[in-house]
Amino acid sequence: MSAVLPPVAEDDLVERLRWAVTDAVTVAGRDVAHWRRQPAVVLVGALFPVLLLLMFVYLFGGAMVVPGGDYRDFLVPGLFGLAMVFGLEATMTSVVTDATRGITDRFRSLPMAPSAVVAGRCLADLGSSVLGLAVLVAAAFAVGWRPGGAAEVLAAVGLLLLLRSAFLWMGVFLGLLTRDPATVTAVQVLVWPFAFLSNAFVPASTMPGWLATIAEWNPLAATVTAVRGLFGQPVDAGGGWATEHALVLAVAWPVVLTVLFAALSVRRWQGLSR
Amino acid sequence: MAAIRTLGLRKVYGGTAVLDGVDLEVARGSVCALLGPNGAGKTTAVRIMTTLLRPDGGTVEVAGLDVVRRPRAVRRRLGMVGQQPAVDEVLGGRQNLVLFARLHHLDRRAARRRAGELLAQVGLGDVDDRPVRQFSGGMRRRLDIAAALVLAPEVLFLDEPTTGLDPAGRRDVWDAVRTLVAGGTTVLLTTQYLEEAEHLADDVCVLDRGRVAARGTPRELTAAIGGDRLELVVSDPARAAEAAALAERAAAGPAGGRPRGGARQAAPGRSVVVPVDRRPGVVGDVVRALDGAGIDVDDLVLRPTTLDEAYLRITGHARAEVPA
Ligand SMILES: Nc1ncnc2c1ncn2[C@@H]1O[C@H](COP(=O)(O)OP(=O)(O)OP(=O)(O)O)[C@@H](O)[C@H]1O
Ligand SMILES: [Mg+2]
Repeated sequence: MSAVLPPVAEDDLVERLRWAVTDAVTVAGRDVAHWRRQPAVVLVGALFPVLLLLMFVYLFGGAMVVPGGDYRDFLVPGLFGLAMVFGLEATMTSVVTDATRGITDRFRSLPMAPSAVVAGRCLADLGSSVLGLAVLVAAAFAVGWRPGGAAEVLAAVGLLLLLRSAFLWMGVFLGLLTRDPATVTAVQVLVWPFAFLSNAFVPASTMPGWLATIAEWNPLAATVTAVRGLFGQPVDAGGGWATEHALVLAVAWPVVLTVLFAALSVRRWQGLSR
Repeated sequence: MAAIRTLGLRKVYGGTAVLDGVDLEVARGSVCALLGPNGAGKTTAVRIMTTLLRPDGGTVEVAGLDVVRRPRAVRRRLGMVGQQPAVDEVLGGRQNLVLFARLHHLDRRAARRRAGELLAQVGLGDVDDRPVRQFSGGMRRRLDIAAALVLAPEVLFLDEPTTGLDPAGRRDVWDAVRTLVAGGTTVLLTTQYLEEAEHLADDVCVLDRGRVAARGTPRELTAAIGGDRLELVVSDPARAAEAAALAERAAAGPAGGRPRGGARQAAPGRSVVVPVDRRPGVVGDVVRALDGAGIDVDDLVLRPTTLDEAYLRITGHARAEVPA
């Protein structure tokens, strides 16, 4: 009967860690298999920010005046940041789908590492964000945008993925919390006011005072400003403390949010068995 | 040794005890059917036994291991098929099984081989590469069951495995279960189909509002409930009432047992229904009594209580009269 039972040292810590990693890779591999089976879905997801890029550069760009002069160069980092925010609904959708279809429960009933369910989701979602960013960078190149040196680009990608991880854990938590596809739709809508109330599309200093303050303190704005700085764009002269210290905030915000939502997610995960 | 043992199992949701002291014991290699109306707590019980939920009280052992203290060890020995199929809709059938086999820590090659074996085992051997989304309900169910069999589990939990299947699909699942049991697997299944319990289960446990309302083999349950009855048709409608009284006395036995009462004419007509106890020679006694009184009997059937009837009585939803 138990001929297929592979030998395990159930309580060996090293062995468990090894399986935690292997299982996470296996779970992430499931997403890769999804991408291979549904390339259209992947493509649409990756091309949406590109569409925004083309719209804002060619349709609205002519009417935009920004510090430093070039709206395209101002916009591109904003869209990089926005693409990370879109990750929230992507993560949430996956988590909610798995929870409602019973996949999460199946995973929980398997002898796999429990952490791998979420760790695999992180790997897959960060991977897909890297791909999405690559597509967006290529598109930005095509419309004439040029980044600085390789080191700056790497630093920018690092900051962007840090922001992505904040929204990733927020998505995991919200997905586990609601387990309801309807809330994903709500999040898809709410992402827009959140994104517009930042400096992703226009400088915060052009907004009425109190709105400008909120926009500046938006985590998205911190990352976008920091990335702009890395790419050598002039900082919004009318900005306040948050703008001047964007780099600090671009690290602090995502770290705080990641820790917060990771902790909440773990609690929620444990709550599944209550 | 019992494959599943629960003692005083309790689960409380918002102040309401959904499981209120459930004691259950399932012998190794046997099939136990958990019956009960909607909301009785069947799924909750299964989810606790499969380590998905923590009990609020009592102890649960699966394959001799405590599910709360040694969940990982338990998970290596159980297979679970939930109330709704839990397979990846985007992936193909084989892909799904390879994924789950990998998560059972089989290496790549072993996982592929096991996936092939499992597909054949549940009759999906010729399934192509198409996504599960395009599967029929029956195919999906079978794939779902296959996914629970990766490590040839010692104990298999099936929560309403045949709900929504056509009769052929149901037979397929039953056959699969029988094959597993023949191989030594212990099965606990919940079902709404009494027929299923009768066909598959060695033991039946009726759950009602979180408590065990009855337990035993299907035969024991029906016998304990009683309600076997003799249905006879007399030639002369005028003598039907007399026949009912005679038959009732005869059924009670020669040793002067008390008549059960309740014999009646089913309708103004020729048929008569007599409740009888299960005892040797009961039908002959009735026939001789009627014959001795010169009442001609055209037809006579002994109807044993069905598990359906027993179940309805146990769960308190029996209709006022047993239908004739
Ligand atoms: N997470 C939960 N929170 C609150 N109540 C719950 C929860 N899960 C189940 N219940 C309640 O527990 C009771 C038992 O539910 P359960 O799903 O175990 O019943 P069941 O016997 O499987 O029913 P069915 O035949 O409909 O599948 C129901 O009244 C249900 O509403
Ligand atoms: Mg149920």
